[in-house]
Amino acid sequence: MTAVRGLLARSTLARSLAWAVLAAVALVIVSDLVSAYNDLQLATGAYYFAALAGLTVLAGQSGQISLGHGALMAVGAYTVALLIGNEGWALVPAIAAAVVVSVLVGIPVGAAASRLRGPYLAGATLAFAVGLPALADKFSGLFGGENGLTINPPVPPSWLGADFPLERWEAWIAGAGAVIVLFVLYNVIGSGVGRAMRAVRDDEIAASLAGLSVARTQTTAFIISAGCAGLGGAMLTVVLQLAQPGAFPLQLSLSLLTGVVLGGLGSLVGAIWGAALLTLLPNWTTDIAHSFSLSTKVSANLPLAIYGIVLIVAMILWPSGIQGGLRAVFGRLRAARGPRVHAARGSA
Amino acid sequence: MTKFIDLTLSGISDGAVYAAVALALVLIWRATRIVNFAQGAMLMVTTFIASAVINSSGHYWLGFVVALACGLVLGALVERVLIRPVEYAPPLNAVILTLGLYTLLVAIAGMIWGNTPRSFPPAFSLRGYEVGGTRLLFTPNDTFIVLVVIAVAVGLAALFRLTSLGLQMRASAFAPEVARLLGVRVARMFTVGWALAAVAGALAGVLVAPSVFLGPNSFDPILITGFVAAVLGGLDSPPGAVIGGVSLGVALSYVSGYAGSSLVPLAALVILVAVLMLRPGGLFAASAERRV
Repeated sequence: MTAVRGLLARSTLARSLAWAVLAAVALVIVSDLVSAYNDLQLATGAYYFAALAGLTVLAGQSGQISLGHGALMAVGAYTVALLIGNEGWALVPAIAAAVVVSVLVGIPVGAAASRLRGPYLAGATLAFAVGLPALADKFSGLFGGENGLTINPPVPPSWLGADFPLERWEAWIAGAGAVIVLFVLYNVIGSGVGRAMRAVRDDEIAASLAGLSVARTQTTAFIISAGCAGLGGAMLTVVLQLAQPGAFPLQLSLSLLTGVVLGGLGSLVGAIWGAALLTLLPNWTTDIAHSFSLSTKVSANLPLAIYGIVLIVAMILWPSGIQGGLRAVFGRLRAARGPRVHAARGSA
Repeated sequence: MTKFIDLTLSGISDGAVYAAVALALVLIWRATRIVNFAQGAMLMVTTFIASAVINSSGHYWLGFVVALACGLVLGALVERVLIRPVEYAPPLNAVILTLGLYTLLVAIAGMIWGNTPRSFPPAFSLRGYEVGGTRLLFTPNDTFIVLVVIAVAVGLAALFRLTSLGLQMRASAFAPEVARLLGVRVARMFTVGWALAAVAGALAGVLVAPSVFLGPNSFDPILITGFVAAVLGGLDSPPGAVIGGVSLGVALSYVSGYAGSSLVPLAALVILVAVLMLRPGGLFAASAERRV
């Protein structure tokens, strides 16, 4: 037991493996217990998590803002739709290819982004989010224009049984992607690459004096998060069997950023909170709106109003997001038992 | 040739509106280092109020003045109540807060006025000028738009350069601590900056409403282009906002006229990236972009 604990304390790889296995087991158990509709929500949360985790590493660890991650998701989504729908590729190679393509798109975007700071980066990535979907319209022969592309739903393998529900299979696919993202990013944050990102974020001049290349570190962060966003988009297409411009509006990019900040910037657990919020909040606000008997004009807009109020209140009351708030609470609890903790450490 | 002239003139008219939106964003950026994503919703609300006043009173100019006054109050109120608590928080928090305000205002407008776009009267005729037998697309109302935006730009330049208030605002923006030591009420200057910006935004809303119609979401594309124009010009520079707005308006008008309107967002992206790669702080960036 102590050996295991020692290994976990020393090795980032062991810790990330433990977390990944834990997350995978939890996903399998939960997807087995809940209804088909909840399985679909689980799948939705999983592809949001992939994109959010990539964005939280970019924004929280390397300090770059991106309003264009929805467009990077679209790159992954269209790649999968083209490869599965037109070329007849199998699921796993198509998703892997989607990650590769979005990484390739991320390289020039990241290189450009590394020259820009703050609002200039925000403006450029915003133009990227608005401009890229226009390609689907321009090359409508290839990308299907406004209607987009559709693919057949994924078929659960036969060894799972004939009556294995499709929704649970989709939750497993998206969940597997989310677990891979969790594993990779945990190691990125814990490695020298992550340390370089934080150094560049906190002080560019000091980081370059220490021998780090600021531009290369920032580009690397962007490419990693582009790959995660592409994977998220690919899983979105697999779950919805659809890739169309309407699925990747500017609002998607903005709500990704919102999820990252509300969950807790820079933290992978925060990305889980953010994914849960993005998946559940629209349903909750709609339910609340329908629980009152109001005129259609009011009830149609009430979910939007609640969402806006949540954002404003959360930013004023909990500026460091859910994870930041939890950390503060647990930090206080730990401080309250401070002496005992010190004694325990002293004896060990 | 007529097409070229038409495209140029309508580009200038569009660009004047982008310039007004860009000015609103630049004023807020200079005052509080925040990109105000709620600007589009704020000017949408003031334009709805103008529409209500015009419909009930029958006087266009009364609505025009009421919109600007409401903008002034709304801008000051938003800064005082919502922005003040996050002024010293991490920059992303203010971004999310303005996105929340945008969502809330759009929802409120939908509740009060419905989501179906409605028409909005222009200040002057929408019949194009006739030159030598051909009718241009450029209208007296476009002339009015361009002249008003020029007047606002000149007025702001005069305010910043010639008045004590302008000097205090510049001092608060670029050296808040020193300004505070010298007795400038920095927080109040921030409020003034937001109020002025909201007036410029309200103006843009009233000017552009006849051509885009008036609905909770109808100003979103203009705000996005206005933001791109502001970044293009350099967010610290009001003249940059005007030049960025007008040149972007003309360029996008050519793209839309000669290559098709579906390419406009893509063209905006290409222009912005091309300019930012050469000048990462925009066309009118202060000389030292990075102190390394």
